[in-house]
Amino acid sequence: MSTEDSLTKDSAEVPAADGAAGAPRRSVAARVVGRVGGGVAQVVLVLVALFWLVPTLGLFVASLRSNQDNGSSGWWTVFSKPSQLTFSSYSSLLGKGDFVDSFWNTVLITVPATVLVVVIASLAAYAFAWLEFPGRDWLFLVVVALLVVPVQVALVPVAKLYGEIRVGGFHMFGSIVGVVLFHVAFGLPFAIFLLRNFFAAIPRDLLEAARMDGGSEWTIFRRVIFPLGGPAIASLGIFQFLWVWNDLLVSLVFADTGSQPMTKWLQSQMRQFSGNIDILAPGAFISLLVPLVVFFAFQRYFVQGVLAGSVK
Amino acid sequence: MARQEDAPPPAAAADAAAGGRRGRRGGREGLNPPSWLAGGFLLPALLLLGFLVVYPIVYSVVRSFFDASGDFNGLDNYTGVFKGHDNLVAVRNTAVWVVVAPTIVTIIGLLFAVLTERIRWATAFKLVVFMPMAISFLASGVIFRLVYEQDPDKGVANAAVVAVHDTFAGKTAYPGAGPRAGQDQPVRAEGSGDGVPVVTTKPVEAGGSALLPLLRVKPEYLPDKPVPARTAPAAKPGQITGTVWFDFTKGGGGTPNAVDPTESGLPGVTVQALRGGKVVASTETRADGTFTLAEVPPGSYTLRLPKDNFTAAYGGAEWLGSTLITPAIIGAYLWVWSGFAMVLIAAGLAAIPRDALEAARVDGATEWQVFRRVTIPLLAPVLAVVLVTLVINVLKVFDLVFIIGGGDPNASVLALQMWTKSFGEGDQGTGSAIAVLLFLLVLPAMLFNIRRLRQERK
Repeated sequence: MSTEDSLTKDSAEVPAADGAAGAPRRSVAARVVGRVGGGVAQVVLVLVALFWLVPTLGLFVASLRSNQDNGSSGWWTVFSKPSQLTFSSYSSLLGKGDFVDSFWNTVLITVPATVLVVVIASLAAYAFAWLEFPGRDWLFLVVVALLVVPVQVALVPVAKLYGEIRVGGFHMFGSIVGVVLFHVAFGLPFAIFLLRNFFAAIPRDLLEAARMDGGSEWTIFRRVIFPLGGPAIASLGIFQFLWVWNDLLVSLVFADTGSQPMTKWLQSQMRQFSGNIDILAPGAFISLLVPLVVFFAFQRYFVQGVLAGSVK
Repeated sequence: MARQEDAPPPAAAADAAAGGRRGRRGGREGLNPPSWLAGGFLLPALLLLGFLVVYPIVYSVVRSFFDASGDFNGLDNYTGVFKGHDNLVAVRNTAVWVVVAPTIVTIIGLLFAVLTERIRWATAFKLVVFMPMAISFLASGVIFRLVYEQDPDKGVANAAVVAVHDTFAGKTAYPGAGPRAGQDQPVRAEGSGDGVPVVTTKPVEAGGSALLPLLRVKPEYLPDKPVPARTAPAAKPGQITGTVWFDFTKGGGGTPNAVDPTESGLPGVTVQALRGGKVVASTETRADGTFTLAEVPPGSYTLRLPKDNFTAAYGGAEWLGSTLITPAIIGAYLWVWSGFAMVLIAAGLAAIPRDALEAARVDGATEWQVFRRVTIPLLAPVLAVVLVTLVINVLKVFDLVFIIGGGDPNASVLALQMWTKSFGEGDQGTGSAIAVLLFLLVLPAMLFNIRRLRQERK
C-alpha cells in the first residue's frame, strides 16, 4: 500500500513541480515535433534571458567605468578593454555625505514601515478571520475596495493634513514619520487581504483548542496565529519592504532634504543625466542591490505573495 | 514603533473577558470572544486607513471643485484636464498606455509561461525575467536611460539597431569623404552636396588600373590600424585593378593624386565598373585600399564609388525623441512587468487538469487546437486577473515616465500630470481633479475585485 501511495504522490507532484511532464503516451511524430519545438523554444528562451539581463549588466558595467569612458564609448567595450574598470565612482559616491544619509533614511523608512504593516495588518486580519462582530463582512469589503486606490488621490489631502501637524519643533510634513505612516496606510489593504485569507485557512480546531484552554485572544494571536502565519507574513514583509524601498513618489511629496531616501536623492541628480552617470549608475546599482538580495534570498515567498495577492 | 506597544492594552484587557463568556448555543458559539474585542484588534488599521486613505479620497473629491486659490469653480478643473496641448498629450498617452502595455505584457507572459513549460531550466529563466519586479522604477529608469542613449557608441539599443541596419543595408564607410575639388582630377563627384557618388573622370580600359584618391575622410572613420596604401598590381586581362586611398599626408608634403608611402588605404569601399550606365562588376577594397574587379569584358568603363560609401552614418532611432518616447518607456515597462504576468499565468497553466488536455489530444486535436480551444478558455480567469492588475498598475505609472521622460511633456501621463500640477505648478484643484479621474478609472477594477471576493465566499 505504501509504495502505491508514494507512487501516486510522486506522479501527482511532478507536473506541479516543473510543469514539464509530457503526456504519458504520445505518437513518435508528436514526440519528434515536441523535441524540435523544444529545441527552438530553448534557443528563443536563451536569447530572451540575455535580453533581460543586458540592461542591468549595462548599468553595472557603467557604474564601474569613469565618466570619461562612459562619455566616449559604450559599456560593452570593457570586454575588449577591461582596464577601464574602476571603483572610483563608488568610492567617490560613498564619500558623499548626503548620499550616505539618504541610504540610512531609506533604511529608517523601510524597516519601520514594514514592521508596522505586518503587525497592524496581522491584528486586523485576525479580527476579520476569527472574531465575530457586526458589519465584519461589510468592513472587509471596504478593505478589498481600497486595494486599488491610487496613491495619487491622497497626496494633496495628506500633504495638507501633515502640514497642520506641528508639535513643538516636530513637523509631520517632511519627516520620516510622515513618510512611514503614509506607506503603512497604503500597504494595509493588501496586507490585511493577504493575511486574512491565510489566517482563515488555519484549522478551526487549533483555535478552539486554544480557546478551550482558556487562552486569551491576545495569547492565541501571539502563540497560534502569528507563528502559523509565517509564510504569509514573510511574503507580505518582503512585498512591503520592496514597495517602500523602491518608492519615489511618496518620498518626493512628503520627505524633505533631511529625510529623503536614496530614490529621491538620486532623482535630484537626474537633471544632468550624461554628466552625472558616475553618480547615477553606482547610486542606482546600490539602491537595487538590497532589493535584489532580498528577492533572491526569499524568492519563494515573493512569488507566493504575487500569486496570493492576485489570483486568490 | 510606538504603535507596536499601543496594540497590547485592549487585547490584554480581554484576557479576563475571554474566559468568562460561555454561550447561548453551546461550545463553539460560546467560545467566541465579545465583539468589542475585535475593535481593539482593528483600531490601528482603521485609524490609519481612515485618516490617510478614506478621508483623503473624500477631500480630493471636494477639493477638485475648487480652483488653485480655493474658490469654487464647479467642473472647470475636470474640463481643464482635456484642454491645452500638454494635458491632451497626457490624456492620449494614458490611453495608449492602458491599451497597449497590459495587452503586450499579458501576451509576453503567456508566451513565456507556455515556452518554459517544456524546458528544464525554467526556474532559472523565470528568475531572470522576474528579477526586474524587485528593483525600483527609478533604477529601471536609469538603466533604460542608458539603454536608450542616442549615440550608437553609447546606447546599447541603438548599437544593436545600427548593427542590424548595417548588416542588411550596408555599412557607410566614409561619410563626408569626397574627391579633390577642381578640374583635371582623376575622380569627380557626380552631382553636388554630401553623399553623392564619386566617379572616375576618364574611362578605364579593361586590363587597366586606376587611382581613386579621396579627401575629407574624418579620422574616426579611418581604420584603427591604418594600412599604408599601395599602388594596385597591374591588371590581368579581363580585370580592372586600382587603389582607393586617403590622399593626404600627415604634416604636409606628399604628391596630390599619387600614392605616397604614409598615406593610408581605405578598406571596405564599394567599387563598381559601369558601362552604358549599367553595373558590370562590383567589389570592395582591401585593407591597403586596392581592389580587383574580375571578369570584366573588354571595353572601357567608368569606375564608380556609389553614394552608400559617403552618406551620413545611420545613427539608429531617436528613442527619447517626441514620437518614440512613449513606446520606449512602455518597452521599459514590459521589461519590468512581463515576469509578473509570466509567473501568474504559469501558475494557472500548472493548475489546468492534465486530463482535459489529454482528452483533447486523444480526440485527435493538434497542439495548437488544444492550446486555442482548451488551454486558453481554462486560463481565461487568470488572464483576466493579470490584465486587470496591469491596467490598475499602468494607470498609476509615475516613476518610470518621470525618470525616463525626464520632464518631457511628450511623455507625460495623467499620473505624472497630477504630480506636476499639484506640486510643480501649485494648482491643487487641477491636481485633485486628475487624482479623482484616476480614482474613477480604477473603480471598475474595484468592483471586479469585490465581485470576485463575493463569488469566492459562496
